[in-house]
Amino acid sequence: MRDPLRAAFWALLWPGAGHVYQRRYAKAVIFMICILSLFAVGWTLGGKRVVYASWRNGDRRWQYLCQVWVGLPAWPAILQTVNITPFGKDFMRRPSLPPQWYDQQPLNSDQPTEAALWQLEDHGDYELGTVLTMIAGLLNLLVIFDAAAGPVRRGKSKPVEEENGSA
Amino acid sequence: MIDLVLFSSTSRLWLILPLIICISLVYAGTHHEQLGLIVRRAWRTFKWITGFMLLAFGILYLIQYLV
Repeated sequence: MRDPLRAAFWALLWPGAGHVYQRRYAKAVIFMICILSLFAVGWTLGGKRVVYASWRNGDRRWQYLCQVWVGLPAWPAILQTVNITPFGKDFMRRPSLPPQWYDQQPLNSDQPTEAALWQLEDHGDYELGTVLTMIAGLLNLLVIFDAAAGPVRRGKSKPVEEENGSA
Repeated sequence: MIDLVLFSSTSRLWLILPLIICISLVYAGTHHEQLGLIVRRAWRTFKWITGFMLLAFGILYLIQYLV
């Protein structure tokens, strides 16, 4: 296999790209179609608002820690947090949250945040979209490891070339 | 009642099938190199996941039927 570290880097950038680099084209196509379609369906289902990066008090988007592994398709969310908006101000933006929002609200406040409003508008689809995009990210983690170290094996190890029949 | 849930146009339940297919293919793809082997293992994983979920569905349905 060609340079594993470089392949892992490509796989991190774009699902399947690491396998294209290693000329494992069949797997590249499988990974690309599966992961990108999962991500796209989830993102669309969630009103195109389920992928955003935020770690503010009152809005800790831990789900993004799973989504981020999809690579470039999910990274505009990081740019949004530093006010770089190459795809428009609303693309993967985090919901607005006034400074010290939680400190200002009385305990029995029913004033919703914008994140809560998004969930309200899209109902269960918002959650479903979030889960699908998270799964896409986690699956790409497996793909990155596959690009770096080859297929996972249980029991006796067998070189990749042997399974390919090209040894 | 089951029919209404399974075939309702508003239900997102059917999204589970492409989801399981994607998970099975990627999982099998990270365990094997040959395309034929990947597809066979993915099919096996698909059956396992689907079977497990149907079993869980059956148990939950039985519980709600009995209670």
